[in-house]
Parts: sequence; C-alpha cells; structure tokens
Amino acid sequence: MSNLLEINNVVKRYGDYTALNDVSLHIPKGSVFGLLGPNGAGKTSLIRIINQITMPDAGEIILDGEKLAPHHIEHIGYLPEERGLYKSMKVGEQALYLAQLKGLSKAEARKRLKYWFDKFDIGAWWNKKIEELSKGMAQKVQFIVTVLHQPKLLIFDEPFSGFDPINAQLIAKEILQLRDEGATIIFSTHRMESVEEMCDYIALINKSNKILDGKLDDVKRQYRTNTFQVGINTSNPKEVEAKLKENFKVYPADFRMLNDGLTLNVKLTQGNSANDLLSYLTSQGEVQHFVELIPSANDIFIQAVGKNSIV
Amino acid sequence: MKKLRLIIEREFIAKVRNKSFLIMTFLSPLIGVGMIALVVFLMKKNDDKVKEIVYVDESGLFSKEDFKDTKTIKYQDFTDLGFEETKKKVEDGNHYGVLYLPKQDSLEVLAKSIQFYSKDTPGLNTIENVERNVNRRLRNLKMTNLGINLEKIKASRISSDIKMFNFSGEQSSKLINGLKIGVGTVAGYLLMMFVIIYGTSVMRSVIEEKTSRIIEVIVSSVKPFQLMLGKIIGNASAGLLQFIIWGILLLILNVVASSFFGLDMSEMQTANMSPEQAEALKQAASGNKMQMIFQEIMKMPLVTLFFLFIFYFFGGYMLYSSLFAAIGAAVDNETDTQQFMMPIMMPLMLAVYVGAFTVINDPHGPVSVIFSHIPLTSPIVMLMRVPFGVAWWEIAISMALLLITFLGVVWLASKIYRVGILMYGKKPTYKDLWKWIRYSG
Repeated sequence: MSNLLEINNVVKRYGDYTALNDVSLHIPKGSVFGLLGPNGAGKTSLIRIINQITMPDAGEIILDGEKLAPHHIEHIGYLPEERGLYKSMKVGEQALYLAQLKGLSKAEARKRLKYWFDKFDIGAWWNKKIEELSKGMAQKVQFIVTVLHQPKLLIFDEPFSGFDPINAQLIAKEILQLRDEGATIIFSTHRMESVEEMCDYIALINKSNKILDGKLDDVKRQYRTNTFQVGINTSNPKEVEAKLKENFKVYPADFRMLNDGLTLNVKLTQGNSANDLLSYLTSQGEVQHFVELIPSANDIFIQAVGKNSIV
Repeated sequence: MKKLRLIIEREFIAKVRNKSFLIMTFLSPLIGVGMIALVVFLMKKNDDKVKEIVYVDESGLFSKEDFKDTKTIKYQDFTDLGFEETKKKVEDGNHYGVLYLPKQDSLEVLAKSIQFYSKDTPGLNTIENVERNVNRRLRNLKMTNLGINLEKIKASRISSDIKMFNFSGEQSSKLINGLKIGVGTVAGYLLMMFVIIYGTSVMRSVIEEKTSRIIEVIVSSVKPFQLMLGKIIGNASAGLLQFIIWGILLLILNVVASSFFGLDMSEMQTANMSPEQAEALKQAASGNKMQMIFQEIMKMPLVTLFFLFIFYFFGGYMLYSSLFAAIGAAVDNETDTQQFMMPIMMPLMLAVYVGAFTVINDPHGPVSVIFSHIPLTSPIVMLMRVPFGVAWWEIAISMALLLITFLGVVWLASKIYRVGILMYGKKPTYKDLWKWIRYSG
C-alpha cells in the first residue's frame, strides 16, 4: 500500500527550544494513523506543520506524491484540539463560509451541508447562532465542517473531547466510514481505548522525538512479553505452582475465576513454548483459563514513554 | 484572492450586523444633533434673561450715554437714591447688581476705586461689558485732560485688509487661511477618529477569534496574513459605510432641525464670538465674500487634495490597524491590551496636538515639517499641512517614508500576529513579542 503522507526528517525549533527533532513518519493511504504522545511532546507542532500553519526548519513533507504546497489546503481537513466557531454567527452561514475557505463553491457547499445536516438530523439548527447551541451540538457542526470538502487527509486532534459517549460513538463510526470510503486519517489522542478501537497504525512521539511507529499489531507483537494468564482447578495447587516455578517465571495474577482455583501469570522462558505450558497444565487438572497477556496501547504508551524518559 | 474577498465579506457583514454598530450608526448622530439643539436652546434661554444693572455715579463724570444697553444688559441710573439705599434695594429686589462710581480727586484714583456688587459672581461677558463702558469714558476724559482732540482721534481711525499672495500669484487672506485650517483639521480629526474606532474594532475581532478558538480552524484554510488583511479591510469598509451614513443623516437632520426649530447653524457659531468677529463673519457670508470663498475652494488643488486625502487616510489607517491586529493577536482578552495600546495611542495624540497647535500657526515651520515626515504622525500632520501648499518633493518623501514603514510594520505585525494567534495563557511581554518576530517560518 502506498503512503498518502510522508514526513521526512522534519525539524522545528522555536528559539532555543526544539519542538520536533528529525521526525519521520509514513502514513499509508486509507488507514487510521494514531499519533500518540504525552502533552508537549510535539504532536501539535507536527500537525500544524502538516496543515501549513507553520513551516518546518528542515525536512520535507510529501502529500500524495507531491511536495506539500499551499493548494494542498483543500485536500486536508483539520479538527484542532483548540476548536471553536464564531459565536454570534449563524450555523448555516458559518458552515458555508468555512467550506468556501476550503475551496468549495457556495452551491456545492450548500448541497453537501444539506446531506450532513440530514444525516445528523440537525437541519433545524441552520438559522441558530452558535452561542445558542450546547457544546456537543457545536462540536457536531464542527465535525461536519471539517469533513465537508471531502479531503484526502483528515486530521483529528482529540476528536472525542466534548462529546458524550453516545455522540462519541457516532463520531467514531463516521470516522471509520470515512476511512472505508478512502480517506486517510491522522488521529491524535491521549485516550488509549479509542486507539485500540480505531487505529491501524500508530506512532509515538515523546520529547520531540519519534520513539516508536508501525502497524498497531506489529507494535503489540514487539511489546508482547510471552506472559499467559492461567487458571486451573487442581487437587494440589502448591505442588503445581512449585513445579511451574522451576520451568517458567511465575507472577501472582489478579483476576476472578468462577470456582476457587489456582490463578497465576506465567511468563515463558527461553526454550519453552505456550504449548509446553499448556500440556503441562492439562496433565495437572482442568484448565479453565488460558489467555495471552497482549499489551494494551496504554501499556505500550506508558512503557515506551517511561523508558524514553529514563534514557 | 477569492479567499481574501470571502474574509472581507464576512468581517464586513459581522460588523455591520452587530447591534452596537446599528445603534452607533443611527443613534449617535441623533444624540449629537440633540445635544447641539439642547445647547442652542439653553443658550437662547440664557440670552432671553436680561440683566438689569444699576449705577450710582457720585463722581458726576458718567451719563446714560456711557452705559449703552445691549441685548442682555440694561443699565439704570440710581444716583439720586444714594449708594447705601440702592444697595439695599438691589439686594431685596430684582436688579442684578450695583456699579458704584465714587467721587475721587483724580481719574487714576477713581479708576482703582470703582466697585461692583452683585448677588452672584457675574459672568465674564457681563463684567467685560461693564469694564469696557467705564474704561471708554475714563480714557476719553483722560485724553481731554491731556489736550488730545477726540474728534481727530476718531477721524484717524483706519482699518487695513492685507491681501496675501504667494509667488505663484495665488491670492489668500486671513479668511482663506481659516478655511484651509478648517479643511486640514477636519481631515486630521476624521482620520484620528477612524483609526481609533476601527483600529480597536480590528483588535477586538482578533481577540474574539482567539477566545472562541476558531482561529486554528481558519488558519488551516487561509494564510494568517490574508486573514489579518481581510479583517483590516473589512472593518474599514464597515467604517466607511458608517461615516457615509453619518454624513447623510447629519445633512438630513440639519435640514429637518433648522426648518422645525428655526435653528440657524450660523447663529450657533456666532453666539460664542465677540461682536467684532461675528460682524466679520456676517460680512464674509454675504455677497461677494461668499463668492470669493467658493472661488478659493475651487482654486485649491482639489484633485491633488483628494488624492492625498485618500492616500494618507488609508496609509494611516492601515499602518495603525495592523499594529492593533498584532496587539489583538498577542493577548487573550481586552484588559491585557492596555500596556500595548499606550505606545500606539501616543503618536496618534501627538500628531493631533502638533496639528492643532503648530501647523495652524506655522504650517511650514520645522516642527510641522518634521512631524509630517515621521510615518506614525505624518498621515494626520501632513493632511493638515497640505491645504497650505506643500512642495511636491516633500510630499513625495513623506509618502515614500509612510509606504516603506507601512510595509515594514505590516511585516512585523503579521509575524507577531501569526505566532500570537496560536498562543494562549501567559500574558506576553515585549520580550516575547521580539522572540516571536525572530521565529522563522
């Protein structure tokens, strides 16, 4: 699959402070790309450079095979974290204005707005002022404005903040559908559960440096610890535990089993496989629980950032 | 370009639709005219009240001839009643005051011992009138004492009207000079008002975009510089519309008011002048002089004036409003603007004061010349100087300086603007602004 966006060795400095230090990212077409990182890591700086709000001090950005240029503005949709609308302007007029700034004709913008307003069932708001809407309602309008010009690249910075769970779900569904229709999505967030749910690829930025990137599954594989959560009903738990400790690394586990049995986290050591562990367990009693502990995005985030901070 | 047009359009509509704009536009001329009408009304009312002043002349040197009645002051001779009686009578009665002229050995002593008693402190006009009457009589007496022939003095009076020319043969006069001062001052004040009203309106609009957090959405679609320019032009257009409406409304109201209340605007103006001035103005307004003024106006280089007016008006407005935009971008709310407003308002005020005090007296003196070249003051000062005739090369230098500074300031302002609009939280210092200017890209 080809890349829609290639970021090559981008450097951005503000005075003495380096916000981005030689960052490179490749974002495949038609994917949801999670851009993760703690506060102040440089995510917003990078996003602003992609949006041509600021220029990089070094490095280049290629969008769909072309060097990033002002006319690409029309192919990018951006929902910033710090977002808002003109409070005293009417919803419809405002949406038309913002759509026209993105290069749509007035007639085309009106047509597409009608589609989205019908879809979200908010046609009645057209003549209301933004200040009359609730925060969640305004966010919906903002989302529509962001995607209206059907950009190739959509950038969402914390898109779910300000939404209640139901509307957050609605927006998540819309984002995934946009991807399925061919859009490429950069998704910047702290909320790791939404990363699991939505992202195909992730990159982790910390302290101005990219410390990790790749397909979410690959990253997870990279961070797997070969640890299994096991639960077994056995007549002599003490003996089983002692025997396991000889061949594997064993940690106490914290989960609930329906009947009282032995629960443990078992980490494979060199030379033995999951099957070795399983076959030993089955010989000792009834195995009720056997799950690999796959690191969550959250675990990876904390682990990677933590390691990076120590170095 | 299309985007710039869109931004200008939005800014214009947002401004014009605003309730405060409507109120300002339609109510303030009403209030203005209403206030003028009130002042005139009160002035007339005041004039209607006649002050009756009585005098007690023990010196025997004065007569009713010396105290001529005016519209507002009437004199009465109470000498026969005696000073003490008169004083008592006036204190209890309706008369305004008593002038006491005691008997003295010499005119000099008399001049120092005249007294005036009144219930309240008399106004300047009243006391001047009394003094003028007394002085005239005493001076005449003194001249007679010195053996000067009063008839001859009277016969010797002559008044001159110096006709002024410049070397290209244009005629001018005091009156025409006044006219030029008028044109220049109106233009200068208009510019100052425009800059303050619409410059701050640009600033407010920038702050609004910051506080509503729409700014980042907008700058991902247009260049910050385009946005700033659109804002400045949009607000200026709204301002022009407002000025035009004001002009039309004032014209209408003037016509309505003068036909309705019988107010004569020229009467209002003469009310504050001394009789001599008023007389001169009346003469001027009648017949030939009026024609001459008209001719003079036509003789002024109107096309050049108009062009220069447009140039300095917009040059000045653009220069200042880009600074206002930069301030708006630097702060989060309006209260934080104070520290940055001072350095902008100062040259503006300075320009108006230089214009009002120096240019009027000495349009081509060093102070006027210098300030009409300094770009921050030149729009106002030069506008005031231009009607007096300024050498083309001086105007060219001043315009070039303004243009260069304008470009430089817009460049600096747009740098501050570009960084500032995305900065929240801390109130910036001048040092921060300097840092922003030095950021690349």
